[in-house]
Amino acid sequence: MSKVLVIAEHDGTTLNGSTARAVSCAKELGLDAIDIAVLASDGCSVSEQAAAISGVNTVILVENPANEHAVSALLAPQIEALSDGYSHLLAPSTTFGKDLLPRIAAHLGAPQISDIMRVESARVFDRPVYAGNAIITVEAPEGIVIGTVRTASYPVAENGGSATIEKRELSVELPSHTQFVELSSGGGEGRPDLQAAATVVSGGRGVGSEENFSVIYGLADKIGAAVGASRAAVDAGFIPNDHQVGQTGKIIAPDLYMAFGISGAIQHLAGIKDAGTIVAVNKDADAPIFEVADFGLVGDLFQVIEELEAALG
Amino acid sequence: MKILVGVKRVVDYNVRIQVKPDGSGIATNGVKMSMNPFDEIAIEEALRIKEAGHAAEVIAVTMGPKVAQEQLRTALAMGADRAIHVETDDDIQPLTAARIFKALCDKESPKIVLLGKQAIDDDNSQTAQMLAAISHWPQATFASSITLDGDKATVIREVDAGLETLSVDLPAIISADLRLNEPRYVKLPDIMKAKRKTIDTFTLDELAVEPAPAIKILKTSPPAKRQAGIKVESVDELVAALKEKGLVK
Ligand SMILES: Cc1cc2nc3c(=O)[nH]c(=O)nc-3n(C[C@H](O)[C@H](O)[C@H](O)COP(=O)(O)OP(=O)(O)OC[C@H]3O[C@@H](n4cnc5c(N)ncnc54)[C@H](O)[C@@H]3O)c2cc1C
Repeated sequence: MSKVLVIAEHDGTTLNGSTARAVSCAKELGLDAIDIAVLASDGCSVSEQAAAISGVNTVILVENPANEHAVSALLAPQIEALSDGYSHLLAPSTTFGKDLLPRIAAHLGAPQISDIMRVESARVFDRPVYAGNAIITVEAPEGIVIGTVRTASYPVAENGGSATIEKRELSVELPSHTQFVELSSGGGEGRPDLQAAATVVSGGRGVGSEENFSVIYGLADKIGAAVGASRAAVDAGFIPNDHQVGQTGKIIAPDLYMAFGISGAIQHLAGIKDAGTIVAVNKDADAPIFEVADFGLVGDLFQVIEELEAALG
Repeated sequence: MKILVGVKRVVDYNVRIQVKPDGSGIATNGVKMSMNPFDEIAIEEALRIKEAGHAAEVIAVTMGPKVAQEQLRTALAMGADRAIHVETDDDIQPLTAARIFKALCDKESPKIVLLGKQAIDDDNSQTAQMLAAISHWPQATFASSITLDGDKATVIREVDAGLETLSVDLPAIISADLRLNEPRYVKLPDIMKAKRKTIDTFTLDELAVEPAPAIKILKTSPPAKRQAGIKVESVDELVAALKEKGLVK
């Protein structure tokens, strides 16, 4: 029997949508079973959400006070203990999965396939390299297949399932060399999540300042969009890091992506290749962003946003 | 205290890469090669730690063919004290790279290993975590700030939810994100001085490193191209187009 274990990402109360995207990828493997591992301090609500994803057989819940925060050095030995008997191990390619999965793979002596974007067979996958400017088709060697899932390539698996929840006690020794201190989020509470939003309004260096970014927020709020940014805008301190879109930021796939004052560097485009419709507003008619935009408008972003707000009134 | 820093030779980040028509890889003939930008940040951070009096020696490490020594020379010109070249013509995947770093850690006993958070060619983002795993050392990936205090490091990490702070015991593996620092420019006299610094060379055999099971690359293809769009002349035209697609109300 071959089966896959998907590692759940959550914040203690809510299952992150990236988990259900990883399940969509897991379904394409065509294996006998899909299980989800939930490691938490008190994981009841998270495991129930995981059990509701359709197509999932068993949710394995490991409760331990050490799992209050997702610290890879502590999670890895527990997942290794759970991985016995699985042919595949998947996690979303978010900062959570990217940090955790290689630590497990190395212990198991297996290589890792990062950012799976297409499943050709249970051992053959497509993944992007060079910021998405080339796609390689790769084959995993014999043994357990370990991979992170490029979440923008997969839809959120639907609910409607009723998996069994199985509590598991593990007797693994956890290291004491790593302490969680704090997590500070960049604000943006109340606004849609950048990685899940249907519409994203994004600003670049052209926005000019932290104060000016209020026009980006203003438009986003008006149309119920999440707010994104280029690296240059984050580096300049206009907006916190968790808004960065691109090769080294978030890879997103909204239905509508609106870029204001973003030139369209390949590293930025790597993050928006899967967007449904791209709108670009830039005062430079030769900006490379226009090469990928479905609708381009040459003009001053401040004036355009003012007119947009009026038109969408 | 020693700091070991990884340096990878990659296609320069400004190059628009081309996939070879036969699907065997990307064209690298005559293409500009540079140090992976994240590794440059890692070197810079190691130098700053040394300049602040927390480290005695910064050792730059690369693995790859002979020409990869160019990137080691850049690291030496930036200020690294010496360098190690693990010479091989094989494609070194992350788990094997981690095993090589582990062998070098056993030799050099560094307190910190600083690597880039990913290489911009294969975009794997694995080596630091794998090295931490097989060394049983702490890992602090995607670092945007490192503060040392005795036998501990406090690291601020860039994560999807914002900024996470971890405290790790040394020795530890840290991977550098973009906002950790801005690397210095190398000056001509430094390049001259770097020529006199030592580069030690090893083979995998000499380090007794067993290559890990490898992922096989079956083919390389260009990505799906987005359909070229249109330029609209006015906001009204834009709004009409978006309304027609049902994207705005
Ligand atoms: C290793 C590496 C990784 C990277 N990762 C990322 C990443 O993940 N994400 C990312 O975004 N970048 C990334 N970058 C940086 C990337 O190369 C670019 O530097 C960055 O995306 C540029 O941001 P920008 O478009 O906002 O700024 P710029 O390139 O400076 O463009 C600003 C644009 O604003 C326009 N403009 C100015 N004023 C106005 C106005 N009033 N109205 C309309 N338009 C205006 C200008 O015409 C210009 O096109 C990375 C770089 C490296 C080396």
